[in-house]
Amino acid sequence: MSALPQSPPSAPRRPSPGSRHLRLAGQRLFSVLLTLLGLLLLTFLIGRVMPLDPVLSIVGPDADRSTYQQVYHQLGLDRPIVVQFGYYLRDLLQGDFGNALLTGHPVTEDLARVLPATIELATLAIIVGTLLGVPLGVYAATRRGRLGDHAVRLISLMGHSTPIFWLGMMGLLVFYAWLGWAGGLGRVDFAYDGLVKPVTGLLLFDSALVGEWAVFGSALKHMMLPACILGLHSMAYISRMTRSFMLSQLSQEYILTARVKGLPERTVIWRHAFRNILVQLLTIVALAYGGLLEGAVLIETVFGWPGFGSYLTSSLLLGDMNAVMGSVLVVGTVFVALNLLSDALYQVFDPRTRQ
Amino acid sequence: MSPVASTATAVDPPIRGSLAGNPQSRSQALLQDLMRGLRRLLRNPLTVVGVIIVAMLMLVALFAPWIATHDPLAQDLAGALRAPSEEHWFGTDEFGRDIFSRLVYGSRITLYIVALVTVVVGPIGLGVGVISGYFSGWVDTVFMRITDIFISFPSLVLALAFVAALGPGLDHAVIAIALTAWPPIARLARAETLTLRKADFVVVAQLQGASSMRIMLRHIVPLCLSSVVVRLTMNMATIILTAAGLGFLGLGAQAPLPEWGAMISDGRRYMLDNWWMVAAPGAAILLVSLAFNLLGDGLYDVLDPRSE
Repeated sequence: MSALPQSPPSAPRRPSPGSRHLRLAGQRLFSVLLTLLGLLLLTFLIGRVMPLDPVLSIVGPDADRSTYQQVYHQLGLDRPIVVQFGYYLRDLLQGDFGNALLTGHPVTEDLARVLPATIELATLAIIVGTLLGVPLGVYAATRRGRLGDHAVRLISLMGHSTPIFWLGMMGLLVFYAWLGWAGGLGRVDFAYDGLVKPVTGLLLFDSALVGEWAVFGSALKHMMLPACILGLHSMAYISRMTRSFMLSQLSQEYILTARVKGLPERTVIWRHAFRNILVQLLTIVALAYGGLLEGAVLIETVFGWPGFGSYLTSSLLLGDMNAVMGSVLVVGTVFVALNLLSDALYQVFDPRTRQ
Repeated sequence: MSPVASTATAVDPPIRGSLAGNPQSRSQALLQDLMRGLRRLLRNPLTVVGVIIVAMLMLVALFAPWIATHDPLAQDLAGALRAPSEEHWFGTDEFGRDIFSRLVYGSRITLYIVALVTVVVGPIGLGVGVISGYFSGWVDTVFMRITDIFISFPSLVLALAFVAALGPGLDHAVIAIALTAWPPIARLARAETLTLRKADFVVVAQLQGASSMRIMLRHIVPLCLSSVVVRLTMNMATIILTAAGLGFLGLGAQAPLPEWGAMISDGRRYMLDNWWMVAAPGAAILLVSLAFNLLGDGLYDVLDPRSE
């Protein structure tokens, strides 16, 4: 590759791959920062159109006019909106999301407490989704246009079409109430609640760490059902993408060559074609993980899972804007980070992006 | 002109009647294209199933008063929480309302949401995308930055935040969903426009002195339409699920409207003994959103040039 026109004259003619990566990373970082700033502006504006009066919620309905004015002034609501956005940014940069009405704690503290529960659930779900989705997708690609392909297509479209909260409720009904296989609401059985001191907040990890296997078992029993249901969505997505990646590989000439050489079909598919889609798959799984956050909001409500989704919905119903905007901001940031990670994985692992 | 065209028939069996042969006008060519697409669409059995279900949904919504066996809002506390029977096909809810009739009327709400969101989102997405792609430069940068911000949220969470700000209600849910649904359309329309922007026929139009407005409306938008329509169709399932999710969380349509998501939420407390209160509306949501997905999927296959 020839020297890039933008490189300064003092730089070596042929920029090293490292410096090129660095510049790309810089551009990417800039655009991410811009997106995050936009995210902040959006949450700020949403907070502004809120029909609730933030002053009233502090002073109460009985306050006289001068108290109201004073608080109005203290909150900076008499300043121009740009200045208010500046204050909002300043507070957020100091990690101050305000206090949550429900708990009375700072929102950041609350979020740090609830996020591990969601992460644990989502991680198990993505494992389920990947383990099911990838083989299904590969199978569908090898059976293109035949019954197996249609079946996988139907399964994956079903996964896309099922209202996840409904499936959660039906799952509870069948596997908990009728069959008694699954644990019920919450993260562990009531008797084990609070038995293990949170270290990482990931209950499976924490309980295994101190050897509380009864707690571990109960937690796993509680987690399997919501994780499987949550994983269905990512299974649908992953299997579709796997199928289309595999199809684009299988139509290439090296596959034809491999078949002509007489390699067994299993080797052609798994050793040749599948190996070449691994990088793409990795990026897709990262994106699917972001999608799980959305499902988590609903599934946590159904399963009484004390995670981020329950926190968001209960704050929503209370009209607790600090908590809502804090959570929305966190989700947005995680989403952006996952997108970035997915890009980065591609850059690092795909040899074609290294020059 | 010979009645049967030579090249087209090599691939497709001839179409009977006036549609056969070389098109004699632009509209006829368009019609032929449409028919060919339709036949390819209906070749996929799964797509046909989707088409049938969507058609049925529309009929049910249209003729709801004749199909429903009871008044969807009429309470009958003496007959509350009845299991499915000959009188009440899907049982009754906690107020003794007939669930089947509520489902039938609920189809109107579902279609209302889907139609309204699509009508709002389509033109906005198309407009933003085409303008962004055609002018490029700073217009593009600004528009795409805004789009990126909206895309960087999971759509349900963003819709939740909007509804929280606007207050719960059916129309607010529609606004919130629309606000989250336009960015992918804009992205798509922009990508399509970028491939067309330097095409010869656009350059010719420019040289002839056509205004940017005219080029975009007459030359670019029509060519973006097919992929935008496919995307909108595929979005419909997502819209239904998001609306149902909002309804379930109590932020969408409010009681006593028979919105399917809200019905599931109502049934939650009675679920253990009265499973039908939850099962029936959920199955309706699943069926309808599956139908839209099947339809969108089939359309995608037909209109995607790589699939040939």
